[in-house]
Amino acid sequence: MAEFGNPEVIEEEVDILIIGGGMGACGAAYELGPWLDAAKKEGVDIKVKLVDKAAMDRSGAVAQGLSAINTYIGSEQDPADYARMVSNDLMGITRDDLAYDLGRHVDESVHLFEEWGLPIWKLDENGERHDGSKGMTPLKDGGKPVRSGKWQIMINGESYKWIVAEAAKKALGMDNIQERIFIVKLVNDKNDKNRVAGAVGFSVREDQVMVYKFKACLLVAGGCVNIFRPRSVGEGQGRAWYPVWNAGSTYAMAAEAGAELTLMENRFVPTRFKDGYGPVGAWFLLFKSQATNAFGETYMTRNKAMLDDYPPYGQAAVPASCLRNHLMLKEMREGRGPIWMDTVTALANLRETLSPREVKHLEAEAWEDFLDMCIGQCGIWAGENIEPEKKNSELMPTEPYLLGSHSGCCGIWVSGPEDVGAPTEETEAGVPEHLPSGWNWGYRGMTTVKGLFTAADGVGASGHKFSSGSHAEGRMAAKAMVKFVMDNKDHKPELDASVEDLVAEIYKPVKNFLEFKDYSTAIDVNPNYITPRMLQFRLQKIMDEYVAGVATYYTTNEHMLDLAEQKLEMLKEDAQKMRAKDLHELLRAWENYHRILTAEAHMKHIQFRQESRYPGFYYRADKNFVDEENWHCFVNSIYDKATKTWTCFKRAHVDLVDKSKLFKAASH
Amino acid sequence: MPTFVRTEKCDGCKGQDKTACMYICPHDLMKLDMDGSLTGHAMKSFNQEPDQCWECYSCIKICPQQAIEARPYADIVPLGASVQPLRGTDSIMWTIKFRNGTMKRFKFPIRTTPEGSIDPYGGKPEADISKISEPGYFVQVNGFRAGNPAELIRK
Repeated sequence: MAEFGNPEVIEEEVDILIIGGGMGACGAAYELGPWLDAAKKEGVDIKVKLVDKAAMDRSGAVAQGLSAINTYIGSEQDPADYARMVSNDLMGITRDDLAYDLGRHVDESVHLFEEWGLPIWKLDENGERHDGSKGMTPLKDGGKPVRSGKWQIMINGESYKWIVAEAAKKALGMDNIQERIFIVKLVNDKNDKNRVAGAVGFSVREDQVMVYKFKACLLVAGGCVNIFRPRSVGEGQGRAWYPVWNAGSTYAMAAEAGAELTLMENRFVPTRFKDGYGPVGAWFLLFKSQATNAFGETYMTRNKAMLDDYPPYGQAAVPASCLRNHLMLKEMREGRGPIWMDTVTALANLRETLSPREVKHLEAEAWEDFLDMCIGQCGIWAGENIEPEKKNSELMPTEPYLLGSHSGCCGIWVSGPEDVGAPTEETEAGVPEHLPSGWNWGYRGMTTVKGLFTAADGVGASGHKFSSGSHAEGRMAAKAMVKFVMDNKDHKPELDASVEDLVAEIYKPVKNFLEFKDYSTAIDVNPNYITPRMLQFRLQKIMDEYVAGVATYYTTNEHMLDLAEQKLEMLKEDAQKMRAKDLHELLRAWENYHRILTAEAHMKHIQFRQESRYPGFYYRADKNFVDEENWHCFVNSIYDKATKTWTCFKRAHVDLVDKSKLFKAASH
Repeated sequence: MPTFVRTEKCDGCKGQDKTACMYICPHDLMKLDMDGSLTGHAMKSFNQEPDQCWECYSCIKICPQQAIEARPYADIVPLGASVQPLRGTDSIMWTIKFRNGTMKRFKFPIRTTPEGSIDPYGGKPEADISKISEPGYFVQVNGFRAGNPAELIRK
């Protein structure tokens, strides 16, 4: 009989395991069905399982809903335009092959969302906007979306995830889906250390450990939140900008399996409404609001000359996100805060140009922008008596986040499309020999570890996929996994570790607790173990104070990084002493282990890159410049799980689309 | 704005096969106190880790008894405000109460099709295995943007 500390072990063999339940996983679940049928006709019967640590209806970054789909190309723009935008926003170093490929596919997913029932705002023939419930012409038939920006379209997205999950669950079948299973570790193949053969995790509800064997796996467990001390450290620490449950599991598990990571130095520091972290996109782009310093001066105008310090990225029509932060931070550092979003003027201006009916609608639109995706911001407005037409709101840059799908590009190095002119060899020296040299190796979305695929926040060096692109990328990976399994149909996966050892490792925090709990009278203070909560605080303190968190205005240097390195090593050692007093705490223990590895990768990459590539996101005070000559390249790394050490190296950057087009328009 | 459960309204989802809030919380925060040993309230749920609450409102929206509400973060927000939804099958209604008593109500659409009505592959073609290595999905819904080949400068 299973009991706490003595779990039942459930072993299962499938062909494809999907780890995660967010937009990427849902995309994969949907795309797989017909390809599985087609494979079956070729004589290959493929069994699939999806495991999610939460419930798919509300898991992943879209759990709360969204007020916009941020990536919709439309028939009027070219995927190359999209790849150019992604590149410039991320300071010139992205994989054009991945961005271009995503750009040409992404609208297919958006059209399906609308078919499934997602309400998408529309413009009528008079240019008036309507919410998505009015039965107007669908996008796929030429309906006109409401563009809040060049790439964004507005939606009534409270149930966005619920809808996308319904399609995914029906497509895959609930028999093949198990919720509340947290996978914590990938297992390599006994006969090929550069291949993945299995994954292990546990049920958050019952005393069960799961051991899966498979030929291929899609690891889509989101980005990483709460490795830095958040600005709110009491109850408000849960109000992270990105979902607080994104624990870096994707990056940490891939790294331990030997996968090559890329651009882990990249981070995203969104400027958002202060404390609630409500979205600003619609305010800037749809409502045409300005952000100012305390004296009403628009910092983007006042500090415009600072953009010239970073050619060419500051000179595009829309400067890179980090540089917009850079201009704002000058105001804050020099004491001209607070920073305001001038909602009062913006709404007053709109009232002058809109019809009375539209004005009435406008207030609802402004509130819906928060209610669809960041309800907590409404709580702050209501608590502080803020009505946006009467009172302006403060803006603030958040604590740093690591992700690959929003305006960030850290993640895993994956095989790209073969038909867009990507490099087939590597020109930088120092790439470990066992790694691929070109940008594609047969299976779209496969990492450098055979059989291990990723998508969405997992795929690095692209970014700006957002919800729709994450779904689209999951679909691309699904197809490639089917091909991989067909090509490897006779392969028998064998785990390189014994099930007994794996179970012991997963349940170590439980053992630590049961063994020592009676040593002291206070359950949380005990020299034999550390609570996951305190371990997380320690991680956040190190990252905040030494690795360019908010405490130092995002500034570090090589000496501070050296200290961080030492402290993180000891923290990683102490992670072995985490305790878990119940299954909920076991979940937190493993989430925090994943956070430590992700944080370590971030620190090592910043240490390796001898420049400040993302001013406004982080500064190396000792290398406070962008060095195009030596560092216009990818920084990639691999982790050795035996020695617990990282190796960083360069990979050459190559443009596949002409970036100069971005700057010609801006020069007039 | 961590969520909290109203003692008088929560029935522990006795009539259901599982507790709705425990089922839905993306961060595993909601917990049913079976015997009252944790909270003093047997067979009622509670938020076991309020400072990890993302205030996504998933539990509030799904609770069949409307027993769950949110109290804005005590370390950030002045007291007295509330934001409460009532989620239906095609729309959601919001009631926002300001600290100063101002009330606002909004109703937004959430879905244009009946819940549970999605037919994922209805009217969709089969996958063509000969195209598995090509760009594009098993189905095209007028959204594939082939792009101008001249833009690819290395091809």
